[in-house]
Amino acid sequence: MNGLASAAIKMAGLRGAAWALDPRIEPGRHAALRPAGPESARIEWLYWVIFWICLVVFVLMMIGFARAARISSTSVSDRAILEDPQGDRRSAWGVGIGLGITTLALFVVLVFSIAEGRPIEGVATQNDVTIEVTGHQWWWEVAYPNSEADLRITTANEIHVPVGERIAVVMKSGDVIHSFWAPNITGKRDLIPGYASAISFQVDTPGTYHGQCAEFCGLQHAHMGFSVVAESKREFEAWQRQQLQSAIEPSEPETKRGRQVFLTHACVMCHTIRGTTAASQMGPDLTHVASRNRIAAETLPNTPGALAGWILDPQSIKPGNHMAANALAGDELEALITYLESLK
Amino acid sequence: MPVQTTARLTDSELHERLERTWGHPKGVWGWFSNVHHTAIGIRFMVTAFIFFLLGGILAAVMRTQLAFPENNVLGPDRYNQFFSVHGSTMIFLFAVPMMFQGFGVYLVPLMCGARNIAFPRLNAFSYYIYVGGGLLLWIGLLLNVGVDTGWFSYVPLSGPQFTPGKRADFWAQMITFTEVSALGVAVCIATTILRYRAPGMTLNRMPILLWEKLVVSIAVIFAMPAVMVASSLLLLDRLVGTQFFNPAEGGDVLLYQHLFWFFAHPDVYIIFLPGTSIVSTLVAVYTRRHIFGYTPIVISMIATAFLGFSVWVHHMFATGLPPLGENFFTTATLMIVIPTAAQFFCWLATMWNGKLQFKLPMLWLFGFLFVFLIGGLSGVMLASVPVDLQVHDTYFLIAHLHYVLIGGAVFPMFAGIYHWFPKITGKFLNEALGKIQFWLFFVGFNVTFFTMHFLGLRGMPRRIYTYAPELHWSGLNLLASSGAVFMAVGTLVFLWNVGSSLYGGAIADINPWAAGSLEWGVPSPPPSYNFLYIPTVNGREALWSAVANQPVVTGLRTDIQEMLVTHSLDSEPQYREETAGASIWPFLTAVAVSAAFVGSIFTAWAVPIGAVPVTIALIAWLWPRGSSSTSKRATALEPLAYER
Amino acid sequence: MRTQSALLAGLIGVVVAGVGVSCRREDRILRQPPTASATLNTVQMSGLNAGANPAPQPPVPNIYEESAYATSEGQRLYEQYNCVGCHAHGGGGMGPALMDENWIYGSDPANVFATIMQGRPNGMPSFRNRIPEYQVWEITAYVRSLSGLLPKDVAPSRSDEMNVKPSESSTPRQTPTGITGTPEPKR
Repeated sequence: MNGLASAAIKMAGLRGAAWALDPRIEPGRHAALRPAGPESARIEWLYWVIFWICLVVFVLMMIGFARAARISSTSVSDRAILEDPQGDRRSAWGVGIGLGITTLALFVVLVFSIAEGRPIEGVATQNDVTIEVTGHQWWWEVAYPNSEADLRITTANEIHVPVGERIAVVMKSGDVIHSFWAPNITGKRDLIPGYASAISFQVDTPGTYHGQCAEFCGLQHAHMGFSVVAESKREFEAWQRQQLQSAIEPSEPETKRGRQVFLTHACVMCHTIRGTTAASQMGPDLTHVASRNRIAAETLPNTPGALAGWILDPQSIKPGNHMAANALAGDELEALITYLESLK
Repeated sequence: MPVQTTARLTDSELHERLERTWGHPKGVWGWFSNVHHTAIGIRFMVTAFIFFLLGGILAAVMRTQLAFPENNVLGPDRYNQFFSVHGSTMIFLFAVPMMFQGFGVYLVPLMCGARNIAFPRLNAFSYYIYVGGGLLLWIGLLLNVGVDTGWFSYVPLSGPQFTPGKRADFWAQMITFTEVSALGVAVCIATTILRYRAPGMTLNRMPILLWEKLVVSIAVIFAMPAVMVASSLLLLDRLVGTQFFNPAEGGDVLLYQHLFWFFAHPDVYIIFLPGTSIVSTLVAVYTRRHIFGYTPIVISMIATAFLGFSVWVHHMFATGLPPLGENFFTTATLMIVIPTAAQFFCWLATMWNGKLQFKLPMLWLFGFLFVFLIGGLSGVMLASVPVDLQVHDTYFLIAHLHYVLIGGAVFPMFAGIYHWFPKITGKFLNEALGKIQFWLFFVGFNVTFFTMHFLGLRGMPRRIYTYAPELHWSGLNLLASSGAVFMAVGTLVFLWNVGSSLYGGAIADINPWAAGSLEWGVPSPPPSYNFLYIPTVNGREALWSAVANQPVVTGLRTDIQEMLVTHSLDSEPQYREETAGASIWPFLTAVAVSAAFVGSIFTAWAVPIGAVPVTIALIAWLWPRGSSSTSKRATALEPLAYER
Repeated sequence: MRTQSALLAGLIGVVVAGVGVSCRREDRILRQPPTASATLNTVQMSGLNAGANPAPQPPVPNIYEESAYATSEGQRLYEQYNCVGCHAHGGGGMGPALMDENWIYGSDPANVFATIMQGRPNGMPSFRNRIPEYQVWEITAYVRSLSGLLPKDVAPSRSDEMNVKPSESSTPRQTPTGITGTPEPKR
């Protein structure tokens, strides 16, 4: 459908538009018209249906106005007022028919919208994977609940899902209104304080899909991203098992020193590393921070340099976010980075 | 004192006497005492245009920030203030004051055939209150107290915990100012249209613009209280410690959204319908024929305003409301397309069977048709819940809203300015400069905002102060920002045009466009008393249906400001009454009310203490004026008559 | 027309003059260097002194007390660093109340700062090296606002939390005992 659309647009001469709609992106780059699952595929189909109806209407109206706008040679000094009762009678029919076609087209849009809306907005009671997402200023707390408390996974900003299975995401907000939006996957849903909300989706194409907060939530709304990693069932279960482990015990002296730095500085006030005494719920869980692709809510790549810069001065990267700068000596910082990079 | 009669007066003698009675007061004191609608209407339009420029400057800086990824022209705090003040300025301080209040206050009494607007002091008060609100918001921005939570300031972000300081309070109080102003003007305009129309101008013969202003006035009266409630409850939560929007204590976050959008959606029709009436008016003039489908257009406007109150939830489709409810609002949103489509078809039919004169206003009208149609069609996309769930709160939405607001208001505004500038000032605007402005603005606008449709589909949410280069939004953002340059240059060309025309433009005569409505029957610019004699009307286009000896009404007093009050439906003369003349009290009351409102942001004591000067000012305002009214002198009055 | 131009010019003049002045209350200082301070060494804890009374020291100002944003950050940090665990929302519990006028170690900004940084006997932990200094100043500002020591426009308003007690209008009427001399019923 996408290729047909861009071919048609190319034929219409709007080459720039075609480029914008169909760039050479691999799955994982977000776009509402590159669906990775049935929900976004439905929305994409509905979008094109409405788009073509609208385009036809637009072209017809423009042709009509262009025809009506044939410039008269009469000058303004000709003050005579036109009366054309026959023309007006024809126009009455024209207006009536136009209104009828408009109403019909709108009705078609309405029926399709309602029909496609139902499967998208419904959430089944039985789902293969249920995920709890809590929105905070300006990061996403992600949890995989389980009836057994020690099988509950807690992580941040990066959501893993198995391909081809039904996922339910239950959402709530920890402070202000946020909005969970991964355009390749499905439509957005607001996280509203005082309300719990749930959406359901399925991802059929493996890959990493970017998402972003879509409701203005304060100073760092621009940097509140998340990603959805869709992988095979085997990889997903391996990831789950790994996430359930406590933090890897450091074996090297440098790594041990890094843990010491972590536990004796401001880090413990906000972060949890399971397996140590750090258990604060204020900021993201760091037990497996090295297993994530990006840090700081998808703002930075997860590399030692970026991590060091983030720890030393988060306010220069995300001014106004809730992580304070840390005065660490060079060797302390190195040890800390070594430790954090070992937390796979 | 013997009553002056108009019988056996020459036109110039009558003009002299009326000038003496109705003349605009002079000097600084006189400037603030002037309550004539032409003066206040010009002030509304000029002030609103200044806010348009200021909001545009903010937008230009925002586009500079977004032209490149990870730019640092504006940090997050400044950017948040800029986009919030930009939106608030454009909607509250430009669009409604220009389209409804500015054009309405100036044109409505003239089109009715009246010498002044109803309740002229309330009208003047509304203007000064509006200026107070605008100053509050903008002085706030300059003092770092600019609102930073968006033009609709959702709670809990704008609540007491998450917006410290006074920023949201300044915004919420600005709402109070502007909505009091709009309500005041709505009362004045509605009353003028219903009671001050010239004899013979039955409802069926009212110009479309008057129908539209009547409909919009009623929409304002119903819509404004909702935002007053929303902003007042926000102020109470922030300043007094109430729990209206605190879910932990039984409040509800969505309540704010419902209250706000119940106002704000009709508000966009309050902005858009004046645009359509300008289009209807101008299309008739420039195709040299009556508008096709007068009755369908009037019914469409009423239907749009009415249905406008039933669609507000389409701004909240992403909040997770029950699907059945959302489908109801999809239906209503699609239904409201039908009356607007009817208007489009009627304009098309008018042009089809007319003799089109391609004057500059028509260029702007074609721009309107192109731009607003795109905006309306993208609105149809947004009405569909699944599609909306993808593009809500993205740049697609920003594209849509600018297409409908700039297309639906700014383009007709420029068309109206080019059309009525000769009447208001007596000078023509330069056509060549106008065409240059149009093309710069039109091309720049489409480059900027059409690009944003793609950005939204690519995943760019709104209200972000920067973005990463890996997201591949950079090229399109740079394109969008470059279009803004054209729009800015076009606007500068317009300012040059206005400035040079005011001081050296071609002189305009009484009816250069051979238009049909009553304002084209008075000199350009209109004298202080508007009409030498109150006209009578034979048809929908008063001047086109006027006969050689068209009767006028004589007998109104020339020593006091006397108005003819007619019946609401058939416009038969009912009685004569004195209207309020120049008075300083609207201005002083507005100052007192502004002080009380602004003070109440800082301390509750401002309410009882501030009430004292307000009360004094109101008492002075409403103090009875004595016996220049007519009851004891009824027998000595010259009877009203039709003459000629 | 001339009057209007004059008025407009006057207005622009006022506004331009105002541009240079920004409202201290609305300052949002987002980037803070994590510096060490020498404040701790000069704070006087109590009025008791051996020997002659020392010269009175000028109070150390807390620049964050002028900023509503900083005080609001203090409110956030007060909860997120779990000051509420001992001090509740100012009413106290395991720790002393912070909303009253009793300040065991002094209510000046420097005193509160030192209390948080150094810790105090009977359970107040020391947060030095745990909470960055500027955040301790922000918490100081908030704590002082709890007992009304900050101007009203800077102090934070209510938070979006549950109230500790239900509002007075929703508690049932209770007959006060002891006033009429009626003894409480025996159980």
